[in-house]
Amino acid sequence: MFIRPRIIPVLLIDDRDLIKTVKFKDRTYLGDPVNAVKIFNRKGIDELSILDIGATKNGKEPDFELLRDIASEAFMPLSCGGGITTVDQVRELLAIGYEKVVINTGLIRNPSLIRKSVELFGSQSIVASIDAKFVKGQYKCVIADGNETVEITPVKLAKEAEDMGVGEIIINSVDRDGGMQGYDITLVKSIVESVKIPVTAIGGAGGINDLKKVLHEGHAHAAAGGSMFVYYGKLKAVLITAPSEEELLNAGIYKQ
Amino acid sequence: MVGIIDYGLGNLGSIQNMLKVIGEKSVITFDTDKLDKCERLILPGVGAFDAGMGKLNENGLAQFVKQKALVDKKPILGICLGMQLLGRKSEEGELPGLGLIPFDNIKFRLDDTDLKVPHMGWDIVDFKQDNRLIKNLKGTQRYYFVHSYHAKCDSEENVLMTCDYGYEFTASVVKDNILGVQFHPEKSHNFGMALLENFVKGC
Repeated sequence: MFIRPRIIPVLLIDDRDLIKTVKFKDRTYLGDPVNAVKIFNRKGIDELSILDIGATKNGKEPDFELLRDIASEAFMPLSCGGGITTVDQVRELLAIGYEKVVINTGLIRNPSLIRKSVELFGSQSIVASIDAKFVKGQYKCVIADGNETVEITPVKLAKEAEDMGVGEIIINSVDRDGGMQGYDITLVKSIVESVKIPVTAIGGAGGINDLKKVLHEGHAHAAAGGSMFVYYGKLKAVLITAPSEEELLNAGIYKQ
Repeated sequence: MVGIIDYGLGNLGSIQNMLKVIGEKSVITFDTDKLDKCERLILPGVGAFDAGMGKLNENGLAQFVKQKALVDKKPILGICLGMQLLGRKSEEGELPGLGLIPFDNIKFRLDDTDLKVPHMGWDIVDFKQDNRLIKNLKGTQRYYFVHSYHAKCDSEENVLMTCDYGYEFTASVVKDNILGVQFHPEKSHNFGMALLENFVKGC
């Protein structure tokens, strides 16, 4: 069987700027998102995720105009998240070229949105994004771009999301965000082992070895990252980049 | 001109975006008069089987598609759910499908494996017969899949491509002018573009 776990750059948007965070804070402005997407498209990446981290916090709906511009440049699987609160928004996002929408805050605040969307558009269209933070010796979930802590463990929320019918889970480690020091394998593994649906890991990817580790040791279905796709070198120069087909084959991540 | 059938479900924009790059005009509409003027039709779709059939029925599009496919012999390409709707029925829902090609859609049976459902990601296909849709596609063809159900054809003569996920399943169906692909060509970089180009220029 063909083995090709998806390697997914995740681009963060706030007010139309492409940015990158560390531990969900310390923002760095990187440039124009549409331009970054054009480069990723040329590189033939497996999948791309666009997350508007300002939308929910600022009470805004998804920026359809920007998202439409992005989708017109990307002939690859696309997902987007941020500020989604209604079924009509989900419908619109699917119509303009995103086959998956990512819901984070809505998991807690609006489970009926998820159930309704699953019923109308199918499980494969809805991704639950779980942001986990290690607080006083245990993992907790945070929502609203990490600003609100909720009293539920990531494992429990993952199971609830699966019951709501989502088709995929993204597990993010707030503590590892932007660190480029590797994924939180323990966290990822705990989610993978508690649900049947595919789990994508994010938070901490610094290079190919980290991708490999989270796929092989954490048993993630896909490996996503932010920093390693937008920075180059020790000094973190801004450069849109992605491992080549050959590098991923040589690392044993892709197998043919 | 390609008519992209808009029944309220699906990634219509991305199909149109790719057709634009290929240099083919397209229209996204549910208006059967406009669709009737198109040389070819694409039946897209992302979502649940009954939601899809329900919408096609309520807009009178189901009857229109059958007429165009069977009587007018217009080339039609179903994508993802749009392919599944070409069959008779699905384990995902109650409503009958369009019944244009003799197949049913069944859920992946992977209980004895550690493979996840949906089958999500890039996968390679085998061509099982010759067709203008796959003309000149040489070497390994890789496409993006997202689905929990797959077609099961009565006869091999309707199987155009297969893919392996736990077992070999039908990834593309064909009957005369009617074609369907389970994967998303519009999301499959140059691989998908070559296939769509074949559809709009050769089928």
